[in-house]
Amino acid sequence: MTPKRKKRMMLIGLMLAGVAIAAGFALQAFNENLMFFYTPSEVVAGEAPTGRMIRVGGLVTDGSVQRQSDGLTVQFDVTDNDKTITVQYTGILPDLFREGQGIVAHGQLQEDQLFVAAEVLAKHDENYMPPEVADALKATHDAATSDNAKKVN
Amino acid sequence: MIPELGNFALILALCLAVVLATVPMIGSLNNTPGWVALARPAALGQFTFLLISFACLVNAFLSNDFSVLYVAQNGNSQLPVIYKVSAVWGAHEGSLLLWALILGTWTVAVSLFSRKLPAEVLARVLSVMGMVSIGFISFMLFTSNPFDRIFPAPLEGGDLNPLLQDFGLAVHPPMLYMGYVGLSVAFSFAIAALIGGKLDAAWARWSRPWTLIAWVFLTIGITLGSWWAYYELGWGGWWFWDPVENASFMPWLVATALIHSLAVTEKRGAFKRWTVLLALLAFSLSLLGTFLVRSGVLTSVHSFAADPERGLFILVFLCIVIGGSLMLYAWRAPDVTSGGKFDLFCRETLLLGNNVLLVVITAFVLLGTLAPLIYDAMGWGKISVGFPWFTAMFVIFTPFLVFLMGMGPLARWKKQDPADLARQLRIALLVSIGGGVLLALPLFHKGSVSMGLAVALSLWVVSSLLLSLRQRFRYRKGLSGVLKDFGARGSGSYYGMLIAHLGIAFFIIGITSVTQFDVEQDIRMSPGQTVDLAGHTFRFEGAKAVRGPNYRADQGTIRVFNADGKEVAVLSPEKRTYTVQTRPMTEAGIDAGFLRDIYVSLGETLGNGDWSLRLYYKPLVRWIWLGGILMGFGGLLAAVDRRYRMASRPETVAAPAAAERLATQSRS
Repeated sequence: MTPKRKKRMMLIGLMLAGVAIAAGFALQAFNENLMFFYTPSEVVAGEAPTGRMIRVGGLVTDGSVQRQSDGLTVQFDVTDNDKTITVQYTGILPDLFREGQGIVAHGQLQEDQLFVAAEVLAKHDENYMPPEVADALKATHDAATSDNAKKVN
Repeated sequence: MIPELGNFALILALCLAVVLATVPMIGSLNNTPGWVALARPAALGQFTFLLISFACLVNAFLSNDFSVLYVAQNGNSQLPVIYKVSAVWGAHEGSLLLWALILGTWTVAVSLFSRKLPAEVLARVLSVMGMVSIGFISFMLFTSNPFDRIFPAPLEGGDLNPLLQDFGLAVHPPMLYMGYVGLSVAFSFAIAALIGGKLDAAWARWSRPWTLIAWVFLTIGITLGSWWAYYELGWGGWWFWDPVENASFMPWLVATALIHSLAVTEKRGAFKRWTVLLALLAFSLSLLGTFLVRSGVLTSVHSFAADPERGLFILVFLCIVIGGSLMLYAWRAPDVTSGGKFDLFCRETLLLGNNVLLVVITAFVLLGTLAPLIYDAMGWGKISVGFPWFTAMFVIFTPFLVFLMGMGPLARWKKQDPADLARQLRIALLVSIGGGVLLALPLFHKGSVSMGLAVALSLWVVSSLLLSLRQRFRYRKGLSGVLKDFGARGSGSYYGMLIAHLGIAFFIIGITSVTQFDVEQDIRMSPGQTVDLAGHTFRFEGAKAVRGPNYRADQGTIRVFNADGKEVAVLSPEKRTYTVQTRPMTEAGIDAGFLRDIYVSLGETLGNGDWSLRLYYKPLVRWIWLGGILMGFGGLLAAVDRRYRMASRPETVAAPAAAERLATQSRS
């Protein structure tokens, strides 16, 4: 290997190492920022981790929205028509938030099963159902109908 | 009657697209001048019929023809005229028609402004654009026809989504589409060059202005979208890393790499294969973006309708385009001669470094965007990738990008002595480190370290640009020499670069300042109550009911006073309910300024005249869009550079590359 080529290889090696290190950091950050989605049933069954950012979603139960005296902290129930969990959020809810509407919330699950949301998303289309929520509802529905089918048999 | 005319025109446009995609291409391959000559009239015909078709749809909206399903869903007789027109591209079918029309426009533009191109090259370029056009027009006709009728016709339309009833959103999609579709020109030039086997400096010179213009539209389109999201969604964010935002951002990143790589190919004849690959990649990512938006596979603000049939169509189309072009590339690229030789350290390698960084960033954005799909498909669970990740990734890579960006304009082509460059850049380095440290030191808390870094990077860019300007003027004598320089060949490219890079400097400062120092408060306020925020006093004066042309609203009044008690702004945020769709919408009250924005939006009424309010103080937020505008303007300046219009002497264009090739061959 000529000295010139050696120098060249070293430089290229350094560049590659730099990119690799940066990519390593990026991938590590990637893993830390993955937010998994859990349905209310999964949360009740204890499958969701506490103390980590996760997402939950479902329908806001009718009549469950309670506002505390500061006017900003809100509690409401979210259901997948099977199990229900309570979500607490401080701040201004999105325009399309209302009872009976499908929502997705980002936040952390507390030890006492209260879900403290950092952000609540209700999509811009009022007919819109977050796909995760739609799937969760469908799963509940399917389970219910197959149960019924069993009963009939 | 008129909608049927539109439908018929669309079918004719498809027929002409088929002619355009086949006849000139075949003619160019077996040297049949008569077939080659068909390219131009076919392109013109296709455009004409698309225009007729589009005009018919506009007419249907203006005349409230609710017997057309698309108009019935998205139009309304109460809409102001401007939004009746913009409602045409307010949803899926119509925005596809706009896509096709813009593609037709680009095709005609290429055929009109490339008269100096050899006939068979032009024929191939137009043919490839015709193939893309077939894909989109047939997608429309077979899965999402905007002219479908509904019977019985409703008396009134379903109205345009209120969020879209806004000037920013009337302009944002056409701009963005101009960019997306404009990249098809670069793509078609690359494919044509691969087919012809002639990838030389002339090819780079031809496709360069087109790519630049597409990039300008993309830049402006994204900037507009960000600005719209900021003032219209009512929560003060200007970028959400929403999948569809990413879908527009990825082609932008690759197109940015492409315009720099094209410069090297044109000037030095190097990086040919890389440039072609970038051109293919940029347009493929545009198509991927379209797929993500249209198929509804990803949850997004922008997904109009989830329809598996449509998704499948685009997926197949995507596979054909990407797979076909990559196969062509794999087949032809090995024949491409490697161009100009260059040293290990020179402008070429600096540009290559930035190209690699841009592509790496694109890869990560792609990973973050597609990860939810991949996880779901693999059954690993339903995930979403958090906002902080995308941000972290940018903080990791951008400093390197900007560091190289400062050196690029000063470095020489072909061979650059590193010590020499370091000597030139000494002052820039001192200025930027000094500036960064001075700013970060006195307020050494969390935000100011990032701010110090941002200021250092921006100063690095600005001071190295000034050094490069000084170097340029050294050889121009006096003021008249400097003035003469502005009109010279190649000066558009240079000053365009200068302004676009300046845009990056503003952009970095704006982003960092908003991210680190913005102040936000959600609060419950009674009429007459005041609250202090970021050195200002906000007084809530209560809210009253007002009525707009097609909505009712509660309009709040907030007076803002500065530290001296002087009134600086009266803001009137609104909570609107549109009469047709009855959905509430927040209209923020914003006092815009060069140094800061004050931003207020109404939450909910809490009884007794109390409201929950969201108050923001956003320092330097306008610099983000100012940066985008500067980048767009710089790109425009570069695109209209005189030398692209003087390319009537192809021999002078090709000469350096030819000489290079000779030299390469004799050496090997």
